Amino acid sequence: MIAIVDYGMGNLHSVSKAVERLGCEAAVTSDKDRILSADGVILPGVGAFGDAMANLRGTGLEETVKTYVASGKPLLGICLGMQLLFTESEEHGRHEGLDLLPGRVVRFQGDYKVPHMGWNELEFKQPSPLFEGLEQGHVYFVHSYHALPDRKEDLLATADYYQQVTAIVGRGSVFGMQFHPEKSGELGMALLRRFVELTESR
Amino acid sequence: MLAKRIIPCLDVKDGRVVKGVNFENLRDAGDPVELASLYDREGADELVFLDISASVEGRTTMIDVVRRTAGEITIPLTVGGGISAVEDMKRLLRAGADKIGINTAAIRNPQLINDGARTFGAQCIVVAIDAKFNAEWGEWEVFTHGGRNSTGIRALAWAQEAERRGAGELLLTSMDADGTKDGFDLALTRAVSSAVGVPVIASGGAGSAGHFAEVFAEGHADAALAASIFHYKEVTVHEVKDTLRSKGVNVR
Repeated sequence: MIAIVDYGMGNLHSVSKAVERLGCEAAVTSDKDRILSADGVILPGVGAFGDAMANLRGTGLEETVKTYVASGKPLLGICLGMQLLFTESEEHGRHEGLDLLPGRVVRFQGDYKVPHMGWNELEFKQPSPLFEGLEQGHVYFVHSYHALPDRKEDLLATADYYQQVTAIVGRGSVFGMQFHPEKSGELGMALLRRFVELTESR
Repeated sequence: MLAKRIIPCLDVKDGRVVKGVNFENLRDAGDPVELASLYDREGADELVFLDISASVEGRTTMIDVVRRTAGEITIPLTVGGGISAVEDMKRLLRAGADKIGINTAAIRNPQLINDGARTFGAQCIVVAIDAKFNAEWGEWEVFTHGGRNSTGIRALAWAQEAERRGAGELLLTSMDADGTKDGFDLALTRAVSSAVGVPVIASGGAGSAGHFAEVFAEGHADAALAASIFHYKEVTVHEVKDTLRSKGVNVR
């Protein structure tokens, strides 16, 4: 069973339906025991970083997620959920994140359109079980802030938007995708399937 | 770089697709879920549902349509039509919509843009602008109620205000081009796209695959939306993408 953490941020329906379509049981839940006993956990998220962290803290789910990660089982952060994995964000002031990956989340700055919205092509930077054997292709992004991992080895894939934009991160069993795999056509579903397989192969 | 997006739009009334849809291989051509799924398979980059129900029941039905569609498709879904409060937005987003389109309600109450963007994030809020050239002004005027009512508001200024208030994207429909099939309104699209820093979806006038290439190259649109040419299979999403690719436009 994959637990999709419900902490009051964003659209959880599409993620859970996508996981179910892959033939895996999905539970949208804020129940600590269900999260801790899940084979895989997805941390979704749409909205503002500060609000999301406040909700995670207020519900005690920050500790639950950290305890879960310490167990070594796979975690996938999606969109804002990926950004939350990092140390801190500058979205509407400075906010501390989950600090599972060292790095910062900063606003796009420059003479180009923000949000970075639409289909952009992934470039795989180093091998990962998440996309081994998959072709690089387009996935759907929508975000105004982007993550800058401190460690190059945590950066698994990027997209080009006036700079190298962090698209997939990972270290150990902690993964993050800045784009929405559940909204990213066949490649998105293939990536999500890989994550589901990682949870099953344990 | 970002791919240019092709977006079919479905008019939905009381849970049924209304514009004459003429597809084979569909069990029920009036079912928005089934049609949405077909467009997804054809390579559409996003979908827009425009709810034209006039009744409360129709709107309630829409929530269910959105929920079923979001569970089927693997691309983003924008829902517009009759949304006038943050509560309406929340219901649709909870049901699985990715973005909310607002038009008349945003003109009537511009604060709705701020409230929506603050509550759900700018990326969720699409401000739809129906514009028509006003010869006296020498620029475009905003219309509401499906283009029936003039507002006296200048489209470029309104586009900038919508962005300032938090719109993540603009859906720009040319009332002059809409229904002509003579091509998108390139001048309007270019003017708005260069006046704002958020993506602009061009709408109205698509009659051929070549028109899409024009609106990206000359109109500087980020995405292009069409309804009838896709519904009547005058051209498929797939063909549009092939044409764009052959002209060097970056598509998915």
